[in-house]
Amino acid sequence: MENQEKMNDEKLKSLEAIFEAKIANDEKIEPKDWMPEKYRKTHIRQISQHAHSEIVGMLPEGNWITRAPSLRRKVALLAKVQDEAGHGLYLYSACETLGISREEMYEQLHSGKAKYSSIFNYPTLTWADMGAIGWLVDGAAIINQVPLCNTSFGPYARAMVRVCKEESFHQRQGYEIMMTLCNGTQEQKDMAQDALNRWWWPSLMMFGPTDDESTHTEQSMKWKLKRKTNDELRQQFIDQTVPQADILGLTVPDPDLKYNNDTGHYNFGKIDWDEFWQVVKGHGMCNKERVSARKNAWDNGKWVRDAAVAYAEKKSDKEEVRKAV
Amino acid sequence: MTNENLIQYIYGIADNSLILGQRLGELCGHGPTLETDIATTNISLDLFGQVRSYFQYLAELSKEELTEDDLAFLRKEREYKNVLLVEQPNTDFAYIIVRQYFFDVFHFMLLEKLQDSKNVNLQAIAKKSIKEVAYHQRFSGDWLLRLGDGTEESKKKVQQAVNDLWVFTDELFHVTKDDEAVIKSGHGVDVRLLKDDYYTKLTNQLKQATLEVPETKYFQKGGKQGIHSEHMGYILAEMQYMQRAYPDMKW
Repeated sequence: MENQEKMNDEKLKSLEAIFEAKIANDEKIEPKDWMPEKYRKTHIRQISQHAHSEIVGMLPEGNWITRAPSLRRKVALLAKVQDEAGHGLYLYSACETLGISREEMYEQLHSGKAKYSSIFNYPTLTWADMGAIGWLVDGAAIINQVPLCNTSFGPYARAMVRVCKEESFHQRQGYEIMMTLCNGTQEQKDMAQDALNRWWWPSLMMFGPTDDESTHTEQSMKWKLKRKTNDELRQQFIDQTVPQADILGLTVPDPDLKYNNDTGHYNFGKIDWDEFWQVVKGHGMCNKERVSARKNAWDNGKWVRDAAVAYAEKKSDKEEVRKAV
Repeated sequence: MTNENLIQYIYGIADNSLILGQRLGELCGHGPTLETDIATTNISLDLFGQVRSYFQYLAELSKEELTEDDLAFLRKEREYKNVLLVEQPNTDFAYIIVRQYFFDVFHFMLLEKLQDSKNVNLQAIAKKSIKEVAYHQRFSGDWLLRLGDGTEESKKKVQQAVNDLWVFTDELFHVTKDDEAVIKSGHGVDVRLLKDDYYTKLTNQLKQATLEVPETKYFQKGGKQGIHSEHMGYILAEMQYMQRAYPDMKW
């Protein structure tokens, strides 16, 4: 008995050593490889959260499909929202390889156990929000996600390569919407400014709490789920985005924003972390609507999914009978 | 055939894609599975793509300086010439699928013939669109089978949708005076000639889906004359919102 335990212990240690070596050598961990339980759980949490963000993220933009101001914009918005559904699909598939079903993931989203990006709990009030989301929200998402193309878990890394390509297209598209508004009438320019005012701070919050408040950073760095800290990424976003706002002729709604010649970065004002936690904890403007929209889609679709399963079973029964005859 | 005959004829085709595309656009993010969500969005995208081709051509035909967006967003309700079928609401997935299938079968047959139009523009649009519509028809036809021959509940729901939407099918084969002139000139398709094949196809598919073929003799009509259902005003209010609230701006 003791020998058995010793053997198991040694085996575990050698598996751990192989795993650690792979991570250290920048090799990918594949679904069939041994991995520590914590690695599996952390990845399920992060990838499913990412997938949920894509799916919930369809809703605020879907809100403007029927009201898009031109046919060209309508087609582009439909295509964008469809891309997001596609991202959700490959992220759910990547997550399923870790031994959780899509149904379980949905259940966690609907019950509130799983989180999604809080930014989607803000309402989309005008057409300019479609521009601001593309420009700022997708811009922030890219900064968060590009490092994930090299993350250690193979299916996630591969999904992210494709996701990032499409996101960068969306970001340019969003910026182009803003540009068109800013070159338009005063009314359009005001609409663009109003959208920037509402989306700026929530976009900065997308990078998560400050480094001293962030609980997962160290472990995530080791597994290459993260390469830079929340604060570093946030700074990168601000440095990149402020000059873009200048080109548009819009004012970033932060009176403390100022370029610092010594550091080569922008100094910025204090983020309202109370608001951040309020929305994360489920009390944003649209938290309830977003989750209930997803839950309704799922609940109302049950009979459709049941029908598809029943039909497939009948078909395969018939196929069996045919083969037997 | 006058220019105006041709313009009205093209509205009769393009507005179907416009309004059905708009209806499908309402569903984005709310489908029963992610896969069906992607598929209905894709169909919506295809339909709007077709609309753009037709409307760009219409803008050329028009004597005024008009854009595709003027045609899509700035007409009055009576000037939209879509059939009543495509404006019917997204009551549930059964209605969405049945509405789609009833339209797709017609749409495919129409485009098949439109490829032989003497009008090179319409010919080109038909050639491009028919590939897309072949896929739409396969998607809706397959789902009709699944829902019909799936569970008791799905059969009941889809039969209800078939019964309710059947009354809108006859209008697909109505021919207006404008249509008549365009058909005569060889630019348009005489949809009356497609009617028998259409109902044979529907009947076969419904039977295969273990569903009953409705026996009603009473049908609804009016869309082709611009006399729509009460749904249409709300569809347009939403679709035209930006263009009406912020006139003469570029987006």
